[in-house]
Amino acid sequence: MSIYLDKQSKVIVQGITGREGAFHTARMLAYGTNIVGGVTPGKGGTTAESGKPVFNTVREAVQATGATHSIIFVPPPFAADALYEAHAAGIKLAVCITEGIPAHDMLKVVATTPGMRIIGPNCPGLITPGESLVGIMPGHVFTPGSVGVISRSGTLTYEIVDMLSRAGLGQSTCVGIGGDPIIGTTFVDCLRAFSQDEKTKAIVLCGEIGGSDEEDAAAFIGEHLRNTPVVAFIGGRSAPAGKRLGHAGAIISGNTGTPESKVKAFQAVHVPVADKPSDIAALLKQRLELVGAR
Amino acid sequence: MKLMEYQGKELFKKAGIPVPNSAHAATAADVAAFIRANPGSWVLKSQVFVGGRGKAGGIKFADTAEAATPIAETLLRLVIKNNQAPEGEAVRSILVEEKLDIASEAYLAIMLDRATKRPVFIVSAQGGMDIEEVSEKHPEAIVKYAVDPAVGFQPFIARDLAFAANLPTGYHKAFPKIAQALYELFFSYGANLVEINPLVLTKDGRVFASDAKVELDDNGLFKHPELAAWKNDSPGNDDEAAAVAIGLGMSNYAKLDGDIGVIANGAGLGMGTMDAIRNAHGVAANFLDIGGGAQAALVKKSYALVVSNPKVKALFINIFGGITRGDQVALGIVEALKGDDLRKVPLVVRLTGTNEKEGRAILAEAGMHPVETMDEGAARAVAFAKSSGT
Repeated sequence: MSIYLDKQSKVIVQGITGREGAFHTARMLAYGTNIVGGVTPGKGGTTAESGKPVFNTVREAVQATGATHSIIFVPPPFAADALYEAHAAGIKLAVCITEGIPAHDMLKVVATTPGMRIIGPNCPGLITPGESLVGIMPGHVFTPGSVGVISRSGTLTYEIVDMLSRAGLGQSTCVGIGGDPIIGTTFVDCLRAFSQDEKTKAIVLCGEIGGSDEEDAAAFIGEHLRNTPVVAFIGGRSAPAGKRLGHAGAIISGNTGTPESKVKAFQAVHVPVADKPSDIAALLKQRLELVGAR
Repeated sequence: MKLMEYQGKELFKKAGIPVPNSAHAATAADVAAFIRANPGSWVLKSQVFVGGRGKAGGIKFADTAEAATPIAETLLRLVIKNNQAPEGEAVRSILVEEKLDIASEAYLAIMLDRATKRPVFIVSAQGGMDIEEVSEKHPEAIVKYAVDPAVGFQPFIARDLAFAANLPTGYHKAFPKIAQALYELFFSYGANLVEINPLVLTKDGRVFASDAKVELDDNGLFKHPELAAWKNDSPGNDDEAAAVAIGLGMSNYAKLDGDIGVIANGAGLGMGTMDAIRNAHGVAANFLDIGGGAQAALVKKSYALVVSNPKVKALFINIFGGITRGDQVALGIVEALKGDDLRKVPLVVRLTGTNEKEGRAILAEAGMHPVETMDEGAARAVAFAKSSGT
């Protein structure tokens, strides 16, 4: 078991013939992802570099292949349209890699695409190690196992997962939820899915300064995941207040979104917060031993 | 992008939000000429991006052109400081505005709320300079409403807010129209925040937006080429300008106080790298995120930007490739180090992830050997910076 994605999930690539789309399609296929085709308007009927059929519209792709998942490599001005198109064609889960989508576009998309789970935007995607990769993550650092990983950052996730894998802690599913202010899937959504997944025995949550998603996650853990070992990490704790560092989300202003408020929220529900990524694996092992001893 | 008051009010006028009569003036002579041609009581309001100008003496009154001239001259030499901007911001221009006979000051704003993923109205009967204090000490005096964007604005929302916030009855007729116009402005310009503080009720029963604070989403600016001219006025942030000049996103570079340069791919890893340097008892000289999928040329330009800060004594390049490819990063580093046009500082490279092998081969050919982990790289960069002396 896993969440959101497994070996059987049929995936299409929106933007399959673009530079990034083609490159990552090849990597996903090499990982074993069940990619059944792609979409580039005007290139329908041709075959992509990867040998997969190209369709003009998502509707055609879904009708021909039965795809349920889509990954979107489309420039920011057209990304909202790509998400609406995926929804209209009956896609159940869309991963949006695109960085720089207007927040108002996402506001409307999120409010008007019921029934379709959106991961991102501005995210690295998701992976169920050993089964399927729908994203841009470097597959080789992941190993199959029972730790669920949720992260607002892409590259920091690779860092953390690499260390989990080296410590012998494989992963059930890893979700990069994205760093934008308005995202489709939050920490709480993933925690809820993990709480219902039999394979997931422990969770690593990689947050960031800014916003209140980590505080909400802590509240959910306190209520629904008290018996699951969880370790958190908050990126950007050395960032000066008021400086905007990359992610639109990662800005500290006023009293909200400070690292202190996030650390406090996790500690209140007995979730240890690692000082640095390299401490996470050891902390998680301690928590797992505690549960095992009980 | 933040807007100044006079710019925000131009948008308000187009949207149908009532604002007092006013003129935007660049010089004291312009201020005097306007008042001479339009006798009455006027307010001279300093135009800056930072908040707190009222408390800093940036708002003055004048009834005649003669009285206004020296006041305007003083204002135009003023530097407004507050806690967020300790170095201050010079007054850029003056908005000469009709003095209102104030009966009451309310607060009305709409902003993007991450938690509910909705636009949220915020209303209080206690508007004015101390709204933050009100929110801290009397949170019950502030009411909120998250609008479902699929439904959009409906007049009941404004009625609901007006009654819940106990707005004086004088506001009731004008308020729904103003709230609707604010909502439409918020959406048509893709704003993060539109704030009216105070929303003034005059003694003769008129309602005006007496101030305007508008912050637009940079990602949505491509939809509004007509605002491009204002972009140039937007806060003189050297970091943003430097980032954009080399093709990075405007929030991908920030200069900080330390002496260890940082280049990473991804904001999370960039912040993580700064944290790792702090854990190794060093301080980062900057945050720089090369973004996703950077090509060699951008890596070289990023190197140049970081070492252009004379404080930088060592540089840590920390790459964990996903969409970014190791070979492109390695090529950029090798290019940057070729020739004598760029300053050389002790360099620590960590390169892993996508196309890691290809990247390492390129670095090895140039005689460079990357470290294995982020902690190791941070420790080595800190040691280099310390041993380089001052």
